Amino acid sequence: MSAGQEQRTIRCLVAKVGLDGHDRGAHVIARAFRDAGFEVIYSGLHRAPEEIVQAAVQEDVDVLGISILSGAHNTLVPKVIEGLKEYGAFEDTLVIVGGIIPDEDREDLMAAGVAAVFGPGTPMQETIDFVRDNAPRR
Amino acid sequence: MSETNADQLVADVLDGDHRALARTITKIEERATGYRDLVSTLHAHTGDAEVIGVTGSPGAGKSTLVDKLAKRYRDRGLTVGVIAVDPSSPYTGGAVLGDRIRMASNVGDMDVFFRSMSARGQLGGLSTATADAIKALDAFGKDRIVVETVGAGQNEVDVVRTADTVVVLVQPGSGDDVQMLKAGILEIGDVFVVNKADMDGAATTVSDLREMLHMREGATAAGAGHHGAGTTAVGTSEADDDGDDGNAWDPRIVETVATEGEGVTELIDALDEHHAHLRSTGELDRRERSRYAEEIRQLLRNDVADLLEEELERHGGIEALVDEVSDRESDPYTVADRILDPLVDCVRERRERPLD
Repeated sequence: MSAGQEQRTIRCLVAKVGLDGHDRGAHVIARAFRDAGFEVIYSGLHRAPEEIVQAAVQEDVDVLGISILSGAHNTLVPKVIEGLKEYGAFEDTLVIVGGIIPDEDREDLMAAGVAAVFGPGTPMQETIDFVRDNAPRR
Repeated sequence: MSETNADQLVADVLDGDHRALARTITKIEERATGYRDLVSTLHAHTGDAEVIGVTGSPGAGKSTLVDKLAKRYRDRGLTVGVIAVDPSSPYTGGAVLGDRIRMASNVGDMDVFFRSMSARGQLGGLSTATADAIKALDAFGKDRIVVETVGAGQNEVDVVRTADTVVVLVQPGSGDDVQMLKAGILEIGDVFVVNKADMDGAATTVSDLREMLHMREGATAAGAGHHGAGTTAVGTSEADDDGDDGNAWDPRIVETVATEGEGVTELIDALDEHHAHLRSTGELDRRERSRYAEEIRQLLRNDVADLLEEELERHGGIEALVDEVSDRESDPYTVADRILDPLVDCVRERRERPLD
């Protein structure tokens, strides 16, 4: 690295919140993010919102991707966002959600502070491009 | 980053603000503008934490053990910082940093500050970044800092050298005893942990290890004045007086079952013992001096390398120079001299002048 040149690697936390036990999708996205040159921290299954907040704050991630299939997104996602706000980490964290999210819930999630929702079948490149374009500049 | 920003960030770190600590480590990792000033300022506030390095092959149970270790420290009222180093892809620079998954015992406890770092493809840069991140955690006020890394190559060994005490994890049945004869792992350990001690073959591993360490003791006693791990000679000044003292550290072997938390108390006892030993023999200071010497050298090497890259660019880039050499218009020595000469002149000229 030459003097003055800044190296910036996008850091993402890929998180599974709540009780659903399927993390194949989360694995796939973690792998795709890694191959895109991102640093990915994977939370593992069955995390409580406060665990996700703790990890996002300590790891100082640019992007928090929450994967939810259980239908509990309306309660869990706002909790995570509240937690981020508590630590002053919400403004510069891009929060995205993936998984099974009914159309009628999307607006509420966006209103709560989610930047984008990626449902099943979203091309991987679309998600990666979105992250590249929207990861907060600090 | 403006100066006031840096000052504010340091003030917030010293004030115990987690977000500021996280941000500081990011700046260190990214070598962001102004990170040097940040580390310089933090340095004055360091020196209180005990730093423990944990290494071992993948799957040996390092993260699980670190998790339990952190928990036990917390039970004793100590605060803990953990830095987990994982490799990054040499192709994309990407990485999956997975050790956090195993930190289940410390959920929701912000007084365990766990941070994942990757090599980011910087040869030799990782140990500098890790050392700086340790400084941040130290200045923040952490009592114990654990640095965890896969013990695979030079890079990782360098990282572990940033610690006062090095713990090497060995897994039963992880290979015949020739594996342990290989250079590196055996020399750097102050405390050896045979994890998964409930597995078949654990007793054999322990006795193999004991034998190897015994041979190491014998070999080093006959050696040229060095004892044990990590005493990389820095200055010539201290090298003399550490040959004939009778207080060489006898590496401990501890058996653990990390998943059950078994043996963790014994491990902490061994770590405390080693630290007391470092203090009483003056080795703690020697190691610190050795680390600072290495840090200074590393920084100088990096900075000179950067300067040379700039000079290379000024001469039309490496490709153009390679063309010259492959066309037999020039040769590598001549090219190197041509680029370096102005630098040499500059330095010599400055040296002639009286110091300010």
